[in-house]
Amino acid sequence: MKSYELFDRNSRAFIYGQQQKAAQRMLDFDYLCKRETPSVAGFITPTGSGYVKLFFGTKEISIPRYISLDEAILANPDVDVMVNFSSERSCAETTMEALDTENIRTIIMIAEGVPQRDVRKIAKIARERGKWIIGPATVGGLKPGCFKIGNAAGTIQNIKDTKLYRPGSVGFVSVSGGLSNEGYNIVSRNTDGIYEGYAVGGDVYPATTLIDHLLRYEQNPNIKMMVALGEVGGKDEYQIIDAIKEKKLTKPLVMWVTGTCAEVLPGGVQFGHAGAKADSKADTAKAKNAALREAGVIVPDSFEDYDQKIKETFDKLKAEGKIEEIIEPTTPNVPMDYAQAVAEGLVRKPTNFISTICDETGEIHNYCGVPIDQVIKENYGIGGVLGLLWFKKKLPQYARDFIELVIQIVADHGPAVSGAHNTIVTARAGKGLIESIISGMVTIGPRFGGAVNGAANHFSWGLQNNLEPREFVNEMKKKNVMIQGIGHRIHSIDNPDERCEIMMNFAKDHFPKHPLLDYALAVQDVTTMKKGTLILNVDGTIGVLFVDLLKSLGYQDIEIKEMIEMGFFNAFFIIGRTMGFMGHYFDQKRLKTPLYRHPWDDILYAVPDQPEEVK
Amino acid sequence: MAQKGIREYDAKRMMAKALPKFSDGKIKFEASQVLIGAETDLVKLAAENPWLTTDKLVAKPDQLFGKRGLNNLLYVNKSWSEVQDWIKERMNKTVTIKQTTGETKGELNQFLVEKFIPHEEEYYIAITTSREYDTIHFSTKGGVNIEDVWDTVVTLDIPIMKEIEDMDVTSFLPDELGSRKEIVADFIMALYKMVVEYHFVYLELNPFTFVNGSPVALDAVAKIDDYASFQCAEYWGELKFPSPFGLEKTPEEEKVDELDERTGASLKLTILNPAGRIWNLVAGGGASVIYADTVVDLGYHEELANYGEYSGNPTRELTYAYTKTVLDLMTRKKDPQGRPKFLLIGGGIANFTDVAKTFTGIVQAITEYKDKLIETDVRIFVRRGGPNYVEGLNIMKNLGEKIGVPIEVYGPETHMTKIVSLALDKKVG
Repeated sequence: MKSYELFDRNSRAFIYGQQQKAAQRMLDFDYLCKRETPSVAGFITPTGSGYVKLFFGTKEISIPRYISLDEAILANPDVDVMVNFSSERSCAETTMEALDTENIRTIIMIAEGVPQRDVRKIAKIARERGKWIIGPATVGGLKPGCFKIGNAAGTIQNIKDTKLYRPGSVGFVSVSGGLSNEGYNIVSRNTDGIYEGYAVGGDVYPATTLIDHLLRYEQNPNIKMMVALGEVGGKDEYQIIDAIKEKKLTKPLVMWVTGTCAEVLPGGVQFGHAGAKADSKADTAKAKNAALREAGVIVPDSFEDYDQKIKETFDKLKAEGKIEEIIEPTTPNVPMDYAQAVAEGLVRKPTNFISTICDETGEIHNYCGVPIDQVIKENYGIGGVLGLLWFKKKLPQYARDFIELVIQIVADHGPAVSGAHNTIVTARAGKGLIESIISGMVTIGPRFGGAVNGAANHFSWGLQNNLEPREFVNEMKKKNVMIQGIGHRIHSIDNPDERCEIMMNFAKDHFPKHPLLDYALAVQDVTTMKKGTLILNVDGTIGVLFVDLLKSLGYQDIEIKEMIEMGFFNAFFIIGRTMGFMGHYFDQKRLKTPLYRHPWDDILYAVPDQPEEVK
Repeated sequence: MAQKGIREYDAKRMMAKALPKFSDGKIKFEASQVLIGAETDLVKLAAENPWLTTDKLVAKPDQLFGKRGLNNLLYVNKSWSEVQDWIKERMNKTVTIKQTTGETKGELNQFLVEKFIPHEEEYYIAITTSREYDTIHFSTKGGVNIEDVWDTVVTLDIPIMKEIEDMDVTSFLPDELGSRKEIVADFIMALYKMVVEYHFVYLELNPFTFVNGSPVALDAVAKIDDYASFQCAEYWGELKFPSPFGLEKTPEEEKVDELDERTGASLKLTILNPAGRIWNLVAGGGASVIYADTVVDLGYHEELANYGEYSGNPTRELTYAYTKTVLDLMTRKKDPQGRPKFLLIGGGIANFTDVAKTFTGIVQAITEYKDKLIETDVRIFVRRGGPNYVEGLNIMKNLGEKIGVPIEVYGPETHMTKIVSLALDKKVG
């Protein structure tokens, strides 16, 4: 590679920072230019090593991540470019590190806000060592057919439209990174295209200035004309005039310095770029444009006819036979990213998942369409939230209250029941919260807690089939099925369970209707005749009342049946009781109870002397 | 924004802190000074600074402009009560000051009060920075317009990679300093180290003098590289960058500054003429200048209402808030002569800013201001390219049809500033 070239078709770079999108854009450019190797050799990410998956055309490739520049160089001794995406806080330091290596020759400083004194030192060292810096505060630039820096030149469509995948005859350089892409567009529309194009950045002291690149372009025989875009502020443009006078710049140069409006604006206005501020007459855009024109630069009257001047200059060179016809290369199709295709409405795909209860993709997460802040402001409560997430309904107040009532009532029934017991034993075995409560929860089922579902099922069956209470009891007996939700260890018809009373009274006071409760109580009249403790117990009460609640809310029998089948009713028991399990778990941990071992005297050892021998 | 002027008060405050440190205690630098604004509690101030009532004082505005003596804004050798009256008379008053560059009108609102120092010698020093080196300028003929005595100024260039210790500071100083040469050299070295470590880009003391062997700055002008704030927060202490005199920010400009500080994106707004009929809503620091240029080049600088830009891929919310601020300003009043107004939503071909996404924020604001836009006869011209620009331009086209505000839309095939002439050539009255 000649000294005036920064890149060729084999140039490879390290990307400092986690800039996968920028890297992908580089690889897409590479593919479009039919480069054989991807231009990104690796990422430097001090937070960790590993790999990043990117596409090279249709093929997915993995690009290594290194934790230091030294490590990256060791693995890739041919790499001589670093695209530095580190923040303004560390950009100077990491650039300096790269300058100190043998290998890295060209560094692009993307960050805006690098202290001037640091950049001035970097610029000086780079110059002394024959290295090149582009930036800071730039998007970079590109050399068509060879190498593209980061996000420069925008989308692949733009690169195609402006033919940036193959070299033209024009060397372009601008101050502004944002405008560089516009510059490529203007040049491309009015000439045979860009040979090289960079933005040096809008700082007060960009590490390399317009003249540095113009002098490179001057030396390069492939570049036939130059186009530059300067800016108000600073005196860097005067170096161009000096170079022309000294015959160091001889190729046609079309140039415009922006900021001509500054003179009619009040003195202190600071434009978007740090360097764009005139401190003296000579810094003004008007003065610079006039001086450039006088030195022989082709300067338009305003930005409006910048494109015309470029075209005229190019056409003249062409007429003089100084520009060879370009044989347009074919370009491979660069696959579009799926996300982009979706954004443009070009593709669709069926989803594998569906959610109809909530959505976290918007600005604020919602429960069944109700934003969470609204849930809180409107006092939905736990009952209201379960209404949204389980029923997908905005429940009336009595339904929310009833759900909360049930949850409170079932929260804990002591340490002896199977779920709490298992939780305690697991906690004492040194296991964590999740394992402990899971071991309790797995015992919930037909025999423990599950009677809620069962009771709802049994009584609903009776009522739906129009069985008289006595007929229902007899039918169940005939089938040899215990009626779920009937019977209590202590409470009886004469000593009713206060918890059941509360729920029933609530239902009687607030539910619009409660036919299944009435039916179950009629059944209870039959069963308690046989034995006083065969009352509708807590599980049974919950089960039948939930059926009544659902009916009150407008559910049909068939829907209620489905809900019972999917364990809907047990869910209220599980959610309540889990609170109790957690309480037991924390209790055991606080008490630092040791491993539980069941005492021998509580186990009947009834082992035969010998096993039965099977012959 | 990089190079920013700071108050004389802050420059001296930093010198008092830095100079003893950078001279190993050889240089003592006393800064007996207070800064007084309209809200300052003067009773409390005097209690905290007893010298105010015991010493003779100097008072002057501290608002980034010089030539205060020439403008009768320097009050020397006065008592605390005289100074208070003098400040009170001037506080929040609008004055026109003469500068070398012309006249500027602005409001007085910050005054510096310091000890009056009787003195004989008046020296000049300035430290300037340029790409390859820093330069120290010194003269024994300070206290006057330095251009008038420029041939007495000696200079010393310090290349960017050199330290002040590498330089022969003593021998560059004029011999007429005599025995004072050494202390002046020590002072200059400490001052230079402060300039480097504190990231000053400009410092001028015109004049400074010596009292009991210690330097005293009678005036100070300084600019700082605010990019270095992350390195210098502790050195600088609490430091505010005031607006240039006469360019106090409007509430809307301050609001945009706040939005700007909140994110990595860049948002800028300067209101030039609120009655102007051409409003720019341009993406990109470079493009925004060119749009303003083009309006001026076409001869409409009196109609140019604002300078502004948004860039760095701002979020939809930010673009919305920014656009709303501009639309609000623009639609407050109808043009008295009933002429149309123009909103130029311009920009080059973006590198990575998602055009459609930023446009959704703009669309939201325009939709909200639909009635006001129609009422004040606003016509909108759009030109933009870049990621998702096709979708972005379509959004704009559809918007115009939907809300009944005329919106003309152009893409990369149209020269960037063409919409300026399209809008102005035909329509500005």
